[in-house]
Amino acid sequence: MSIEVRHVTKSFGSFTALSDVSLTVPGGELVALLGPSGGGKTSLLRILAGLEAPDAGTILFYGEDATGRDAKERGVGFVFQHYALFRRMTVFENVAFGLRVKPRAERPGDPEIHRRVTALLTLVGVDWLHDRRPAELSGGQRQRVALARALAVEPKVLLLDEPFGSLDAKVRLELRRWLRRLHDEIRLTSVFVTHDQEEAFEVADRIVLLNAGRVEQIGTPEDLLERPVSDFVRGFVRPVAQA
Amino acid sequence: MNSLCPARTEPPWVRRLLVGGALAAVGLLLVLPLALVFAEALKDGLPAYFAALSEPDALAALKLTALVVCVVVPVNTVAGVAAGWALGKFDFRGKSLLVSLIDLPFAVSPVVAGMLLVLLFGRTGFLRGAVEALGLTVLFAPPAIVLATLFITFPFVARELIPTMQSLGTEEEEAAHVLGAGFFQILRRVALPNALWGLLYGVLLCSARAAGEFGAVSVVSGHIRGRTNTLPLEVEILYNEYRFSAAFAVASLLTGLALVTIVLKALVEARERRGRRVA
Repeated sequence: MSIEVRHVTKSFGSFTALSDVSLTVPGGELVALLGPSGGGKTSLLRILAGLEAPDAGTILFYGEDATGRDAKERGVGFVFQHYALFRRMTVFENVAFGLRVKPRAERPGDPEIHRRVTALLTLVGVDWLHDRRPAELSGGQRQRVALARALAVEPKVLLLDEPFGSLDAKVRLELRRWLRRLHDEIRLTSVFVTHDQEEAFEVADRIVLLNAGRVEQIGTPEDLLERPVSDFVRGFVRPVAQA
Repeated sequence: MNSLCPARTEPPWVRRLLVGGALAAVGLLLVLPLALVFAEALKDGLPAYFAALSEPDALAALKLTALVVCVVVPVNTVAGVAAGWALGKFDFRGKSLLVSLIDLPFAVSPVVAGMLLVLLFGRTGFLRGAVEALGLTVLFAPPAIVLATLFITFPFVARELIPTMQSLGTEEEEAAHVLGAGFFQILRRVALPNALWGLLYGVLLCSARAAGEFGAVSVVSGHIRGRTNTLPLEVEILYNEYRFSAAFAVASLLTGLALVTIVLKALVEARERRGRRVA
């Protein structure tokens, strides 16, 4: 499943969040939207999810125009920066939500929901927390539950907004390696937003560097390091000690 | 409030004086009048009390009040949820004006609200033609009483829900939307359960006021005994006829309702606090 963004522009009042942004995410890749805050990363992610509509431009999923498609029809999984878990529901019900709200004809039966939710919770390693409430979980556990919830509807695209932003340094390092391994396992086309260059370099196949609503450069970490196309890229990207 | 670290900075006699003063004031201003209502109602004995309550006029007033509550509370709950949702979760032009307008029924005197309906539906009223063409009677009949009560009690549910919904943010709704939930699924499974205690609280206050509203209803009811008298109006008429124990007997129904409301409200608040500690 590939994603194509063509000439997308978005402004909020007098503030231009994105101006004429175009990029392609090849199917199965893990792409980072990197850049300083206020650069338009989250706006672009929300437009991909259908939570915001672009002022101009088109979004193509798999070659099909998805610009006007409602968020609930897009088949995307979205992991929010602060996870946005349903506070009144248990971990199990959080993950089951996407299955339970399906139209009656597509909705799996209870045993099937149970099987799929348990499998997902096992995949992200928190199956033992299934009857807890979000408030009783640590940040890292919430992150994993949020991911399981997003994956439950078998999305064709996974979008993550600053997935490691609100975690402490140690958990952060652990989780981003884990996310990379998970991606290698399930090979889902994924886009994540980050302002942390090290994070982008370690996790992503390809990086889209956004600044002030424009794409500065698209490429692999090596491209950005060795062949920066502008002074901004040269200034923003510093060589990091390779782990 | 916080039993773990009591702030013991004042000498004991100051504390006792303050607590004692507060309790005395509460007793004198709140508890004593309430107790007197029941004392007066039961002055002529239980049989007289029940006789006063089972008078046809009293029963008719009770029925009318129940009807008003049964229409007004559901309508204002739906309207309040709509207003709370729109004003608590979205930003748009004119929003602050709308929020202020919701308080209008609190700001104007209930008599003015009643007069407003008279102006609309009265002899020279603006809507009189339309109502007559439909063959309806509004003024001095139950429809006007319902309309007046609707107006007066509109803010309760909305007022409770706006801050609750605002503080909850919109992320959970967005998450539900991306997961494929439609509008009513989001409302039923996410937004309302999250705001449940605020909603219950608003519904409770709305019911209590709907049963007890006097001023606006008095203007539009016409005071036809057995037909357009609600409980509060019946109390006034009995009182003006010097039938004090009957007046207090009917008043004790309203007082009892108020006490039940306060107990339920305390329970809701306790639940909410517990919920917040977990959430």
